[in-house]
Amino acid sequence: MVESRKVEDLHLRNLTKRFGDFVAVDDLTLTIPAGSFFALLGPSGCGKTTTLRMVAGLEDPSEGSISIGEQDVTGLRAFKRPVNTVFQSYALFPHLDIFENVAFGLRRRGVKDIKPAVESMLELVELTPMARRKPKQLSGGQQQRVAVARALINEPEVLLLDEPLGALDLKLRRQMQIELKRIQMEVGTTFVHVTHDQEEAMTMADTVAVMNEGRIEQMGAPADIYELPETVFVARFLGQSNLFVGKRESSGSDSVTVAAHGQQFTIPNSRNNAPGGDVIVGVRPEKMTIVDSGDPIPDMHDRIAGRVVDVSYTGVSTQYLVKTSWGEEITVFEQNDVVGDQSEVGDSVEVHWARDHAFGLDGTGTSADDVESAMPVV
Amino acid sequence: MPALIPTSTSEAPPQVAARKPRTGYLLLAPGMGWLAVFFAIPFVTLFITSLQVPTGASGVYAPGFDIANYGEALSQYGHLYIRSFIYAGLATLFALIIAYPLAYFIAFRGGQWKGLLLVLVIAPTFASFLLRTYAWRTILADEGPVTGFFNALGVLPEGRILSTSIAVVAGLTYNFLPFMILPLFASLDKLDPRLIEASNDLYASPVTTFRKVVWPLSLPGVVAGTLLTFIPASGDYINAQLLGSITTRMIGSAIQVNFIQFRDYPIASALSVMLMFIILIVVSIYIRRSGTEDLV
Repeated sequence: MVESRKVEDLHLRNLTKRFGDFVAVDDLTLTIPAGSFFALLGPSGCGKTTTLRMVAGLEDPSEGSISIGEQDVTGLRAFKRPVNTVFQSYALFPHLDIFENVAFGLRRRGVKDIKPAVESMLELVELTPMARRKPKQLSGGQQQRVAVARALINEPEVLLLDEPLGALDLKLRRQMQIELKRIQMEVGTTFVHVTHDQEEAMTMADTVAVMNEGRIEQMGAPADIYELPETVFVARFLGQSNLFVGKRESSGSDSVTVAAHGQQFTIPNSRNNAPGGDVIVGVRPEKMTIVDSGDPIPDMHDRIAGRVVDVSYTGVSTQYLVKTSWGEEITVFEQNDVVGDQSEVGDSVEVHWARDHAFGLDGTGTSADDVESAMPVV
Repeated sequence: MPALIPTSTSEAPPQVAARKPRTGYLLLAPGMGWLAVFFAIPFVTLFITSLQVPTGASGVYAPGFDIANYGEALSQYGHLYIRSFIYAGLATLFALIIAYPLAYFIAFRGGQWKGLLLVLVIAPTFASFLLRTYAWRTILADEGPVTGFFNALGVLPEGRILSTSIAVVAGLTYNFLPFMILPLFASLDKLDPRLIEASNDLYASPVTTFRKVVWPLSLPGVVAGTLLTFIPASGDYINAQLLGSITTRMIGSAIQVNFIQFRDYPIASALSVMLMFIILIVVSIYIRRSGTEDLV
């Protein structure tokens, strides 16, 4: 099908984009390794789409440079860059049929004998029977695949995907995530995927960069970022986190003890990112377990007492909201692996977790109110 | 794709016997009535008049079936048809060349000023057609700055603009320009600017993007605009009369003169009927060739 070929790393150096006084992308330096599936994840307005458009050449950077391998493409206009984009709304040419949409890039570059290339690309995205239809006659998922085929056929060094699944319904989106991942592995091109959907980013990408206010907050493999977030923003944006603002009380050889709200919590040194004495203790909701007050708690676990204020049953798991004595609401996900063992609203309970699962964030300048008011972004 | 499960609701429900949609015809009635009273009946009358025979008295004609009226009209005024279509064609072409960049600018760069710019495009039509055409007499007058400028360049074959075909075509272009701009704007405004970005992204230079994406997608506007300009321009006589001379008369002038001055109704009617048929044929060939039904 499509032969794998030499692809090069994408380098962004001190990339900055200002719109008037607003800094959309702030001094971004980043290397995206060749052949990787890279996700830029962030809320709307965080600068991820602007970054993508600068790589595509649709937006000029205010400062900094973009290069692919050794080639500096910063000054190249969009139609001269070895980069192709899958647009958010697909932007298929409505006056051309599917075959011609896919052939568009090859024709512009004067490639001879394009028929076999277009046909094998249509086969890759499973749209061979649709070749002579117009985009309007296709479903959303099919149009999405045409958009991918139209970009990929040019064998770009980098394929940019701008929220490509945003317009699809949930079920189709899941299906297309797997599909895109399959195509990426098959062609070996570098994919840079922009999304605000953390689940999508984690499912598809090898490397996720979480962006906020024009900067990258944290970058790494999805599991690494999820298990060990380095900032409050990442802890909140990528999944949910229960955060407790406290002060370091003592440091051991392999763990620190933090006092928060009159309680003591322990974090392994390897999982503590707080440089100073102000520490935010974080625990993921699914790492927590709920037991009735007075029930035994395993060794090496920390605990918080509270009262259940909300129970939502979601099938595979049950989501509890537990209000602590100091008024913070913590979220707990419990797997429904035991039938009929549910806590109910009003129950006095204890929430506990293994100390190895806690992580520490820099709490300098953060008050308990800041953390509690910053609701997780869903 | 997973196979459709039998309970899927995406399949069309069984056809329910449809009620006769009588309301649809009722809604059509006013329009059809208007067409009958103001188009069909006058056209039949016009056609009958075009076959009437002279009685000898000026302005009085007897019913008849005198095809010779058509022959006479053609031999006397045939060249005016050709001139009319050349003038109208040139005016349409110039209007398209002027209107396209303007409509493009308003659609893509107009931003918050879009509405105002469109009003400015239509604003001249608030003044009477006749008045505006008279104003062009002053603008193009022999002693005026425009004629002076072009004479200084030495590009005017007759040393003047007024009373030449240049003035007539200029007048036609000017007067029908809004009818070209508006449909062009409508179709360019609908064009998703992301298609232009996508084309750029797919190795098309700005020129190629225009040829392969923007122009084909604006064709419905081009067709509508050229028709709205060409049809009225080919029947117009005001511009030829006010800005031209006896040598630049158009077919509209001949019809007007025969009706009002000579009171030769059959000839005037024959000229009108022929004008309509020629336009009908030209337009249907044009529409078929530009293949608008294939466009979005």
